[in-house]
Amino acid sequence: MAHSGINVLFEGRNLIRLFGGLWTTVEIAGVALILGLLLGIVLGVLRTFPNRLLRLVLRLYLEFFRITPTVVLLFLFYYILPRQLGVNLPANQMAMLAFALWTSAEMSDIVRGALISVPKHQRESGMAIGLNRWQLYRYVLIPQAVSLELPATVNLVTRVIKTTSVLMLISVMDVINVGQQVVEANNQKFPTGVFWVYGMIFVMYFAIDYPLSWWAKRLDKKRLERANG
Amino acid sequence: MKKFGVKKFALFFGITASLALVLSGCGSNKSNHSTASSTNGSSTVQQIKKRGTIRIAVFGDLPPYGWVNKQGQRVGYDLTLARRIAKDLKVKPKFVQVNANNRVDALNANKVDLVLANFTVTPERKQVVAFASPYMKVSVGVVSPKAKPVTKVTQLQGKNLIVTKGTTAENYFTAKQSKVNLLKFDSKTQQFNALKNNRGAALADDNSYLYAWVKDQPKYTVGIKSIGPKQYIAPAVKKGNKSLLNWTNQEVKSLNGEGFFEKDYNSQLKPYFGKEVKPQDIIIK
Repeated sequence: MAHSGINVLFEGRNLIRLFGGLWTTVEIAGVALILGLLLGIVLGVLRTFPNRLLRLVLRLYLEFFRITPTVVLLFLFYYILPRQLGVNLPANQMAMLAFALWTSAEMSDIVRGALISVPKHQRESGMAIGLNRWQLYRYVLIPQAVSLELPATVNLVTRVIKTTSVLMLISVMDVINVGQQVVEANNQKFPTGVFWVYGMIFVMYFAIDYPLSWWAKRLDKKRLERANG
Repeated sequence: MKKFGVKKFALFFGITASLALVLSGCGSNKSNHSTASSTNGSSTVQQIKKRGTIRIAVFGDLPPYGWVNKQGQRVGYDLTLARRIAKDLKVKPKFVQVNANNRVDALNANKVDLVLANFTVTPERKQVVAFASPYMKVSVGVVSPKAKPVTKVTQLQGKNLIVTKGTTAENYFTAKQSKVNLLKFDSKTQQFNALKNNRGAALADDNSYLYAWVKDQPKYTVGIKSIGPKQYIAPAVKKGNKSLLNWTNQEVKSLNGEGFFEKDYNSQLKPYFGKEVKPQDIIIK
């Protein structure tokens, strides 16, 4: 091996293509997260309401998305649903939709958990001063729940970003898919290129996910400091 | 009033969600029926011309058939054919990258009009998609390290054989050689990495492709050159899409007449296969 495999990254437009793939990843994860987190908050609030039917339905929704592996979910959305319902969205939008619904299900449980762990006397005090349900959530429960749910939410965000790596199943040209193209096209010339391409992808994911993890950790620390003086 | 509004919304949402659950549950039961009978959604030649684009499923990680060069362009034997087909239809090609095991679904879910992804004709696949006239022939081969060559199938009994899911190699060994343990992977990239990491005694795939691979891998050899029946590689369209099927048959015939496939072989495959393989081993006259 006369030359090191790292050169595979600098051949032609390889690096630019990898960044293009990363952009697709970020775009899909970004849209899915914005939609998913917003919907998840609404669903999470609804799940703390006393209505039993409502809670059951939302619970089923959560369990469906939590139990189904993401790969199966994507397959269902991309190949099976269009055949049954005649909905035919491009792969990228399908991916955003599937990921948004999945995120919202997971988020609803985080929000629900945070809302019910706000101390009971807070809720009762709110009701005692005559707040209606909207005001109770707006001024008492949600502000206190936010700090409780933030670390878990950031955790979810990093998990969603990482899971976009299964998108190649439905022909989305994400960073992993582009990486495989580069590896296969250069396998003969740079047999050790695999290591460098996946190494580069590792660095890319790390650069996105690590700041989020760090932020989550900091928030958690702050919260503990505030809670325990 | 406010409370009522929230409830109504929730109820609506709940119904939608449960409907989605029920529908997704039905999916698997209904799919056989609908793929066999319905042709709605698949595009006729006229519709493709009107749309101005033909959507073609191709591989992105299978040199020399369908791959992406360092400039980011899709190239290969299948890609040359795909561009020619688009040119003759007077439309633009739109490529959708697939893996071996989602070629059938891409067609049936109407994600693509045509599959040109080294798609081998098998009786099982004929049930679910419609194949046009073949443009290539291959059979399954087995590649193994030169240090421990596998030259007979009996040597594989009780050992791990690496294959890619959804390939003819997988089908052949599953159906005819049940004593061989199969180690299945999702992509070509993964299967060759597995062989290099000694996860199996050998790897089975289309022989022409293996010739190409060993040409630059001096430590490996195609110990079994051909196993099982000879097989054909053909363009595929959605079942019931007679219009595009007939057009493609006609196209393959006329391209054969003008020697297109030999030219395609010489420009795309020859540099990969070396001298061991002759054009007449691969293309159909």
